[in-house]
Amino acid sequence: MVNKHVNAIVIGAGAGGGVVAKELATGGLSVVLFERGRWHTFDEHGDDELTSQRTFPLKCGYGPDNERNWRMAPDGKNGWIKVFPNDWSYGNNAACVGSGTVSYGAMAWRFQPDDFHLKTKYGAVPGSTLDDWPLSYDELEPYYEKAEYELGVSGDPTNDPYVPPRKKPYPMPGFSFNREGIILEKAAKRLGLHPFPIPMLRNSVPYNGRPACIRMRTCVGFACPVGAKAGTQNTVIPIALKTGNCELRINCMVSEIIVDDRGKAKGIRYFDANNKLQEQTSDLVVVSASASETARLLLNSKSKLFPNGAGNNNGWVGKNIQDHAYSGAHGLFADEVYDDVGPGACIAINDFNHRFPDIIGGGVLCNEFIRMPYQFTSVRPSGSRMWGKDHKDFQKHNFKRHIVIMGPVQEMPVFDKMVEVDPSVKDFWGIPVARISGFRHDNDIKVGHFLADKAEKWLKEAGAIQTWQAVAGKQSTPSQHQSGTCRMGNDPKTSVTNKYGQLHEIDNIFIADGSLHVNNGGYNPALTILSLGYWVGGHINEMWKGTKMR
Amino acid sequence: MRLFTGGTAAVLISFNTACRNKISQWRYLNEEEIALLDAIVEQVIPTDDFPGGKWANVSNFIDKQLSTYYAKHKSVYREGLAAFEKTVIQMNGKKFEELPFGDQTAVLIKMEAGEFSGNYWKDHPSSGFFDMIRQHTLQGFYGSPLHGGNRGYISYRMLGIDYPNVIGQNRYNDLSWRKYNPNSPENGK
Repeated sequence: MVNKHVNAIVIGAGAGGGVVAKELATGGLSVVLFERGRWHTFDEHGDDELTSQRTFPLKCGYGPDNERNWRMAPDGKNGWIKVFPNDWSYGNNAACVGSGTVSYGAMAWRFQPDDFHLKTKYGAVPGSTLDDWPLSYDELEPYYEKAEYELGVSGDPTNDPYVPPRKKPYPMPGFSFNREGIILEKAAKRLGLHPFPIPMLRNSVPYNGRPACIRMRTCVGFACPVGAKAGTQNTVIPIALKTGNCELRINCMVSEIIVDDRGKAKGIRYFDANNKLQEQTSDLVVVSASASETARLLLNSKSKLFPNGAGNNNGWVGKNIQDHAYSGAHGLFADEVYDDVGPGACIAINDFNHRFPDIIGGGVLCNEFIRMPYQFTSVRPSGSRMWGKDHKDFQKHNFKRHIVIMGPVQEMPVFDKMVEVDPSVKDFWGIPVARISGFRHDNDIKVGHFLADKAEKWLKEAGAIQTWQAVAGKQSTPSQHQSGTCRMGNDPKTSVTNKYGQLHEIDNIFIADGSLHVNNGGYNPALTILSLGYWVGGHINEMWKGTKMR
Repeated sequence: MRLFTGGTAAVLISFNTACRNKISQWRYLNEEEIALLDAIVEQVIPTDDFPGGKWANVSNFIDKQLSTYYAKHKSVYREGLAAFEKTVIQMNGKKFEELPFGDQTAVLIKMEAGEFSGNYWKDHPSSGFFDMIRQHTLQGFYGSPLHGGNRGYISYRMLGIDYPNVIGQNRYNDLSWRKYNPNSPENGK
């Protein structure tokens, strides 16, 4: 049976794809939303730490599965080894309806206005492909607001002098601090810093038909049992489906975008839930499969005019992959600081982002999400014995006496930090797999030390009796914050899409995920990806009205 | 399904058939391997005022995972435990389980440092095998009991956190949001 032709195919039902599908479906286009994973619920996973999306020794509960989705990773000896989604060197995000937004920590950051023109602000950075975005903060601001209101964000910027300009208040009040937050707030104020509650895509009060947060310990890495955490799976995707214009096709692995000899996308090929190869034609294709899988799909979509992959005649697809060079400090306290009020992360300071001329970028500093018992076994000052009496004593004494402050250090884009397609290794379906390689820029390590110093001072002021720093190294595999592999730009020689996420070279293929980021901000990127979904989706609707993409 | 609650397998079969036709209570590992593993996991998480790795059924966790998620590590355990036993007997003249606790610790310190010598360890550094057992032990002790370890949520009791995690608890102790007015100028900038 031949699938009925549709206006738009959206590949990947995560942050970007969920929003785009909703925008197009409500705009009147017929849409098929493809997702390689399936629906998940909290009940299916419970509070099992070993199969969460945070620590995943047994498997990544929210996908993808180890049985079909391997990749290659550098083996450290100029070769490659096969890695699986629950290996750290895989660089996994998630694969399910809602994808990362099901099990994320749900921090709802806007990037700073400066993040959109870093090159202008700091000048060229040797060894980095740093550039300005073709898009300004002011242009994206209405879309940030739309994401905040349609999905639901709780926040209170009253005490943050560095809050990015906003026209409307957050739709919900900010969260109260847990015990860690109360201790850290006082200390930050004594240091002259400006602490405020982390904005969250999580209901502080009932909102949009979903209840308020119940402050679970198991939040980040898990689905929410009551639906207080907003993801695309419980907000925009249901709206898209309700229009009747959008069909969600789950358990479907897209293998290729079909590009004809005139250089137009005609649709896609995919393996359905029974692993049967099918075709779906469309007027346009939106790829929102995450920075690694979006790049892999374009690279695997070879055609007469694009022998190196769709939109890749300049060789920029898959380059510049970024994440965050998380750095910060741990502190141990004489008294208990743990009160089991989840998700743990609650307090932030914006004082160390873009305010120091010799520090390029920077990042927000936040207290961490609750460390689960197994995760906590790796929290030790260097030189500690990690087993035996030392292990158990530390675990018993310090589980409730530990605070960690970390910052997502903005990484400088590096051209050769990249996603490629392996020339010979194929996945379960026979699709060439991704391989990710490259090293962080030295600037990331420098800024990491800068932020770790600030975090440690904050902990000491809060009364920590022992502290130690944790600074990111050169080695990294971008995972949940992966971005940058199909950057937007005005110059088709040094970017993959224009400012609307439309491929420079193929005008009916669009990107709508973190791949578009020119740089990744000093913040968790989810809200920016959601906003870009609205931005790209809105512009597709505008273009559709004019030309119908034909 | 947990086949056995104790870390040490008692023999269920009457003594005269047991020798001839011993049925293992385990999925992959055998009785001797379990006995050795029990002693190792007890070193990784020793008993003090709270039970240790052996009581918490960590060996059961490992055996269960070797039959499922950790099937890829099966031969590492089989060959590694055999080489471990041989090495310990060469070093100490006794099986690991028979050594005093402090001597066992000393053996594992050497193992962790990669100082086991012998043919097997040339290709399989002892530090790597130690770290694998250490990680799996911590997973078994602190992970969800549904995987076969953490008997009775013992690690959660030890850490003083409630178990199982209560769903539906409403932890609001701060009702200040009720005074929140989204239209107030102080909430927008």
